[in-house]
Amino acid sequence: MAADTHEMTIAETGMPGEVLPEHGVGPRSFAWWGMVWLIATEATLFALLLASYFYLRFRSPHWPPEPIEAPELMLPLIMTAILWSSSIPVHIAEKGIEKGNQKRLRWGLALGWLLGAIFFVITVGIEWPETLHSHFTPRTNAYGSMFFTVTGFHLSHVLVGLSVSAFTQVRAWQGAFDEKKHVSVQNFAMYWHFVDVVWLFVLLSIYVSPHF
Amino acid sequence: MTTVLEPPGWKDELTEELDETWHSPPGLHEWISTVDHKRIGMRYFYLGMVFFIIGGVQSLLIRMQLAGPDLDLLSPEAYNQLFTMHGITMMFLFAMPVLSGFGNYFVPLMIGARDMAFPRLNAFGFWVLLGAGIFMYSSFAMGAAPNDGWFNYLPLAGAEYTPGVNIDFYTLGLIFLGVSSTGGAINFIVTILKLRAPGMTLNRIPIFVWGELAMALQIVFALPALSLAAVLLTLERKFGFHFFDKTGGGDPLLWQHLFWIFGHPEVYIVALPGFGIASAIIPTWCRRPMVGYTYIVIGELAVALVGFGVWVHHMFAVGLSNITLSFISLASFMVVIPSGIQVFAWLATLVSGRPKLSSAMWFVLGFIMIFVIGGVTGPMLGAVVLNQALTDSYFVVAHLHYVLVGSAVFPIFGAVYHWGPKMTGRILDERLGKVSFWFMFVGFNLAFFPQHLLGVLGMPRRIYTYDEGLGWDAYNLASTVGAFLLALGILVTIVNWYRSKRNGPVAGNDPWNGETLEWYTSSPPPHYNFVTVPTIRSREPMWDQPELAGGAQAPSEGGRSLTGGHVTLSTSLLDARPQAIVHMPHASPWPFYFAVALTLLFFMILVELWYVAVLAGVASVMTMVGWYWPRHETQET
Repeated sequence: MAADTHEMTIAETGMPGEVLPEHGVGPRSFAWWGMVWLIATEATLFALLLASYFYLRFRSPHWPPEPIEAPELMLPLIMTAILWSSSIPVHIAEKGIEKGNQKRLRWGLALGWLLGAIFFVITVGIEWPETLHSHFTPRTNAYGSMFFTVTGFHLSHVLVGLSVSAFTQVRAWQGAFDEKKHVSVQNFAMYWHFVDVVWLFVLLSIYVSPHF
Repeated sequence: MTTVLEPPGWKDELTEELDETWHSPPGLHEWISTVDHKRIGMRYFYLGMVFFIIGGVQSLLIRMQLAGPDLDLLSPEAYNQLFTMHGITMMFLFAMPVLSGFGNYFVPLMIGARDMAFPRLNAFGFWVLLGAGIFMYSSFAMGAAPNDGWFNYLPLAGAEYTPGVNIDFYTLGLIFLGVSSTGGAINFIVTILKLRAPGMTLNRIPIFVWGELAMALQIVFALPALSLAAVLLTLERKFGFHFFDKTGGGDPLLWQHLFWIFGHPEVYIVALPGFGIASAIIPTWCRRPMVGYTYIVIGELAVALVGFGVWVHHMFAVGLSNITLSFISLASFMVVIPSGIQVFAWLATLVSGRPKLSSAMWFVLGFIMIFVIGGVTGPMLGAVVLNQALTDSYFVVAHLHYVLVGSAVFPIFGAVYHWGPKMTGRILDERLGKVSFWFMFVGFNLAFFPQHLLGVLGMPRRIYTYDEGLGWDAYNLASTVGAFLLALGILVTIVNWYRSKRNGPVAGNDPWNGETLEWYTSSPPPHYNFVTVPTIRSREPMWDQPELAGGAQAPSEGGRSLTGGHVTLSTSLLDARPQAIVHMPHASPWPFYFAVALTLLFFMILVELWYVAVLAGVASVMTMVGWYWPRHETQET
């Protein structure tokens, strides 16, 4: 426990002689638990969405319905590499601030944001327009609706993550965090890793599974 | 335990100091900004009761239309809108808010906390409920209330067959309301896990609090199904996506699955807190601890868990495979076991205690009886063969009202008499309480028991009228008379509430000699709930720890005054050991502004004014920034 090696802010509880720390991080903070349960309900949402995808798939004679071909994999795999690599600097940022390292915090968050933003731009700038122009739209059929709804749900979570990251970065540059107070950083990191894990299931369901 | 004695007058000094720390000046700004869980809980309660009255009036109109054959009080379209909004209102705008309201008010008190874990989220949840309620009810002003039943089946609810905005009010309203319920559920879970008074280990948590926890867990894992279904339907209706229409490769059954994956747990979301209320009232009025505490808690959690595996029993007649039906039928029977355990635990407590038949107790007894009748028709409908014969008949209407009115309305009214004195500081009139109970009990059974028979006689639900000579007339008339008696009983309690609030006898801290911590503090409690956060050494602390009787456990006995600002104690999850002092957020208007911006956003999506919708979306983000922007007095959480 890094926190134990530093001086804690403590306060009296009113019981004779008893003092307790005034800040909590990780499972000792309410906010951390709030994020855990937010992720639980969001994960359920994605599980149900993907279950709906497979429900419609197995009720359809062909998937994707002819003449649509199974999605190309090259670009999605590059996007995967970019998105997943963004978790590394975010992790470094989190571990950095646990030791009070402001530099790692700031640059780790910034790099993570940049990689996430590239993923976002590729999706709305290349992947979606190409699909729309050459293959199908959400209105074509249930396959098209599901394709854009699932990737869109995920992308909206990337966008929320980018916004929360931006907010957290402003606060990081203001020096709001230190080794005792950084639950916001932890929460953002947890959320960001969650979005990355969800992408694994999106990738496997939407891009990989139609090939089989 | 120790020989340290407090100086005389320590309690008054502490009270003065806490009053000053937690004081908030009155005024409009404060009114929209408050984060006090008790005021928010009261607002949930009152708003839910207003919707109860509205939903009740709708049901009376329905019953008047059905009182005799071939009546034309209501047009078929008006009838469709009324029964749909009756269902939506009673489920989402009455039962859930009122039960959350009691939870909001009493969970922190019963676990010895100074507030909920996320006070601003709590305030936000209420304002969103208000916004979503206004949103859904504005549909009547446009003459286009949701009209395809509360479970809104496809393809009827698709753009082709219901082209107006009726269903958009339904989908958008439920997505909006889901924000409030999810936030509230997470708040309950974290509060119950992390804010319990020192010594309140898992096996000392009051059963009512367990009930709220089970409800919150169900919301977290069930509500996404409804929100998702509503989002998909919005995309289909407004943007031409295909999820539920056969021609585009969709499947209308997908809606049914998603809806009932939520919809069946929803029944327990409404029932489990009601069970919890019964388990809070019974021991107090029987003068003994609950029999089988552990079994009741496991039973509640088991109901919550198994409740996720039975949704298909709402779909027995749609033509699924027999093996699916067998599994779900079996799972549905399984729910009887943990529910039955709770019923027998209540009965054993009643039999082995010294029950005093107060109004609160009458309502609990009424609940047990009505719920057991609903519990008998439950397995009947869980049997595939019978279900396929009775599906969509009045038998189902009777069953669901026995279960839901039994497990929600009667416990809620019991709680009004049991906990009302804590909330208002005044005791309700017992004579009126019993009059109210008997009108409600007789009225309820007269209204709904004949509906079983109507179902067996073949009367389908949701028809706006029927022909003479089918043998349904007398039962329908009886049902209508019963509905009015029920309404009369409800009216008596409403009158009783307002009369006693003004003139009732003063309650004092603990009018009923209760066993749990809400009776440790004054009625109504101060903003900070407790002068000292107590140390708990028993499951029935008020009975086993005499030092609590004075309303302030002395520091030498384990009481913690926590005077350093707006703070509460954070304790460990399993054994409730003190871990940290947590600074709680102060009052803030931002949750209110956020909810206003969201309300605007949903209205704009409804009328498809996309530019204004984008502006409202931007405003929502700005209000969130305003909410989370750190101010000097709050700590970073």
